[in-house]
Amino acid sequence: MGAWATRQRYLIDFAALSLWRHGARSLGLWLIYVLVVFVVASVILYGAAIRREANAVLDAAPDVVAQAMRMGRHEMSTGADIEKLRGLRGADRLEGRLWGYLYDTSAAANFTLQVPSGFDPRFRLERGEAIIGEGVARLRKVEAGKMLFLISPARRFLKLKVKQVLPLGSALVSSDLVLVGEADFRAFFDLPAGQYTDIAMRVRNPAEVGKIAEKSLLALPGHRMVTRADMRRTYEAIFSWREGVLVALLSGALLAFAILAFDKAAGLSAGERREIGILKAIGWDTGDVIGMKLWEGAVVSVGAFLAGTVAAYAHVFLFSAPLIEPVIKGWSTLFPRVTLTPTVDALQVATLGFFTVVPYLAAILVPIWRTASADPDRVMR
Amino acid sequence: MILHPPILALVLASLIGCGLIAWASLFAWRLLARWDLASGAESQIALERRTYLVSTVMAFVMAMQIGALVLFVFNADRMAAMFVGAMCAVGTLNASVYGFPALYAKMAMFFAASLWLVADHVDGRGRDYPLTRFKYRLLLAIAPLALVEAGLSLAYFLDLKADTLTSCCGSLFTPNKDGIAAEMASFDAASALGLIAAALLLAGGTGLAAGSGRLPTGVLRVASLAHGAASLFVFGAALIAIVSALSLYVYEHPHHHCPFCILKREYGYVGFALYLPLFAGTALGAGGAMLRTLPLPASLNVALPSIAGGLARASVAAFALFAAVAAAIVWRSGLILIGG
Amino acid sequence: MLELADVTKLYNQGRPNEVAAVRGVTLDIEAGKVTVLTGPSGSGKTTLLTLIGCLARPTTGRVRLNGEILSGLPEKFLADVRRRTFGFAFQRFNLIAGLSALDNVMLPAYPLGPPHRRLTARAMEMLANLGVDHRAATAVENLSGGEMQRVAIARALVNDPAIVIADEPTANLDGALVGQFLDIVATLKARGKTVLMTSHDGRISGAPVVDRVVAVADGRIAEAAA
Ligand SMILES: Nc1ncnc2c1ncn2[C@@H]1O[C@H](COP(=O)(O)OP(=O)(O)OP(=O)(O)O)[C@@H](O)[C@H]1O
Ligand SMILES: [Mg+2]
Repeated sequence: MGAWATRQRYLIDFAALSLWRHGARSLGLWLIYVLVVFVVASVILYGAAIRREANAVLDAAPDVVAQAMRMGRHEMSTGADIEKLRGLRGADRLEGRLWGYLYDTSAAANFTLQVPSGFDPRFRLERGEAIIGEGVARLRKVEAGKMLFLISPARRFLKLKVKQVLPLGSALVSSDLVLVGEADFRAFFDLPAGQYTDIAMRVRNPAEVGKIAEKSLLALPGHRMVTRADMRRTYEAIFSWREGVLVALLSGALLAFAILAFDKAAGLSAGERREIGILKAIGWDTGDVIGMKLWEGAVVSVGAFLAGTVAAYAHVFLFSAPLIEPVIKGWSTLFPRVTLTPTVDALQVATLGFFTVVPYLAAILVPIWRTASADPDRVMR
Repeated sequence: MILHPPILALVLASLIGCGLIAWASLFAWRLLARWDLASGAESQIALERRTYLVSTVMAFVMAMQIGALVLFVFNADRMAAMFVGAMCAVGTLNASVYGFPALYAKMAMFFAASLWLVADHVDGRGRDYPLTRFKYRLLLAIAPLALVEAGLSLAYFLDLKADTLTSCCGSLFTPNKDGIAAEMASFDAASALGLIAAALLLAGGTGLAAGSGRLPTGVLRVASLAHGAASLFVFGAALIAIVSALSLYVYEHPHHHCPFCILKREYGYVGFALYLPLFAGTALGAGGAMLRTLPLPASLNVALPSIAGGLARASVAAFALFAAVAAAIVWRSGLILIGG
Repeated sequence: MLELADVTKLYNQGRPNEVAAVRGVTLDIEAGKVTVLTGPSGSGKTTLLTLIGCLARPTTGRVRLNGEILSGLPEKFLADVRRRTFGFAFQRFNLIAGLSALDNVMLPAYPLGPPHRRLTARAMEMLANLGVDHRAATAVENLSGGEMQRVAIARALVNDPAIVIADEPTANLDGALVGQFLDIVATLKARGKTVLMTSHDGRISGAPVVDRVVAVADGRIAEAAA
């Protein structure tokens, strides 16, 4: 055990010195390696962050939403519609929802105005009170306790006292959110009582969602039923497609990188070849040289992995991924003004390792072996 | 298919692993036909050289398989959010008929590859590479398994769709149902813990006997074989104990029998601390016993018994770690299942 | 101590450019003696050295070291025997540029994994014996020819081999350094080492320290003189 460990230490020592002496030659490849890790890591970190936001939205979403449709367009639902769903067995927390968009000219941004669910005691609001998203607070430079003024398209004013600013990373992630009481909402948008944007309900047993959506459709033939499963499928379809395109592009790049690594490892300089020959002549065997070369590969990999990952972390979470954002624009339109919550977990790191370190090592195995099995008597010629 | 990066990584690993093993088994075929160590012919020297590459490749595949097994389970747990009715890895694995078979195939690959590495290591200690033929026959036997493993993984991932309705641990590991899972759950806690304690004692006793250098050769050999059998027994008993008792202590809930939820962050990833030593101990014990099933080659007269003994001792150490973690779980839990 | 029995070595076996570099050599190397192989260029001296020094396996025939048969051992064990039994010095020194003299001397011991401190002490001792310990930290490419030679010999001795093998050790050296080399050989012999060299150089084969000169021609032993 002791001899085994010291032998590894010597091999690492020699590998490090060898990198030091011949490293300049492989510096170009190493930088490409870092770049590959950086790009893959950016996509993985960004994708995972976006998915997490989406899941948070979906987890807070109702199981079934009924939307009135007229000539294929979304219409307001009425209190009478809600009553028709009242008797459905298995459904729960049935209520009409009120939400809408407001283009805010002073901030030049779209806000989402919404009345919080009556079933959620955390967001109970008095008249003249509001809870706002972090983005709204930032754009309008207000904080809890201050006043927020809104102007409707019909030039109606709404003066609100900010009760709370939603923290980043809360379940309600939309930072463009303005939560107001029902009376304020109706007055501001001039909406008569008994009208709702849509109808939401919860289903106690997840296995019954489909059945309940069907029954609701029978009760309200003019409505469209959107289940949470439908929404998740839509998100997933968009994510999968985008990520798939990216990964397809990236796997081409990975393959090219693996070939490059293979080529570099196979094309040793005459000096390095000679060194291996000397080592073998003075008593190293093929296994020793393979071990030394694998350590060299490990040092290169770990270095590139760390450098690329740290750079990607900064890129995605500190600078909001300016380099890949255009490619993933489709995602960001779903989530206007989302600041990504910085989290990295073991799953992403492991995935990244599989994508970058595994192909690199697989590519250099054969060239390493070739180098290592040089004839030990060659240096005598 | 869900184009999730971890899924793509696992597919990539399966394909690389399967390709490398397929290549290695083609070489095995050639080697078995031509291997003659006494010859100084160039073709023999070339074959010997290539065995270095095969050993390196197999060690690489093995490391990758271990990583893939952990990633597979970890990812299944994370993806549970995407399936209706899934709370943990069980739901994700159940979302396709290929899920659990793929997991079992991956576990089988882990054990097969570790046996191969043991054979490879020992073979390299004998001056005439006495286990080479055995080793490469073993490789040929593993190759179809690798193929099946890659096929099942691929089928599983292709079959996965978001929002599939699936059943999770709550319905699978329920005592009053049919199937192996239910039967494991229906063990009562006291007898399950008794069973694993007995298995651990048996494995510990036989392992210490097999690992002590002082006994006569015949006894050592029997002890090694017994330890191998006991290791498999521990593996089975441990799974039963985890399902029927240990998981309950972790969740502090008298009816939640799930061997996967313990891998979650909520429970401090304690599952990994249980499974890693359990798998390692079983593989080491089985590896030691495998060596003892072979006729002892003259060139390994010293090395093989010492390695087999070392494996037995390492296996006992791993099982001891498992036992310590399990005991700590029971000790620290607020749940009282036995006695009261 | 080292016996070759009917040893042959073919290069490019079975191909049109097949070469029989050694054909049926039977040779006995005595312990503690200095033996020199001489012969015309291409006669197979170097090839014979590689077979004796376990750098290559004979195509047919037997190599025995202290009664143990080495031919037929796989490379891994051959390498193990090699680093415990033989020390090598080469015509072009073959030091690794960029490493210090000390690092170069330590290299042959790496696969054996001795404790670092002991290995360093041993390597320094070897350098001191040859009078180059003051250059231990110098990169080898900055050494003089004579210093390089002594570092190379120190490297050959670091694993305390019973047999020292040198292929054309003086081919690149001028007169004074040849004398110095022969002095080193004499001290090795005095310490009980077996030394085996090839050489074209009459100053070597004629030196008083040499016990035996073996003439090689066309892959065979031509004659053995005392
Ligand atoms: N690797 C090789 N492949 C093919 N032929 C070889 C190889 N090595 C040596 N030979 C041939 O084997 C023969 C013997 O070579 P060797 O190097 O042993 O001769 P030598 O006596 O050492 O010659 P010199 O005095 O020039 O060093 C030569 O004909 C040489 O061309
Ligand atoms: Mg020569």
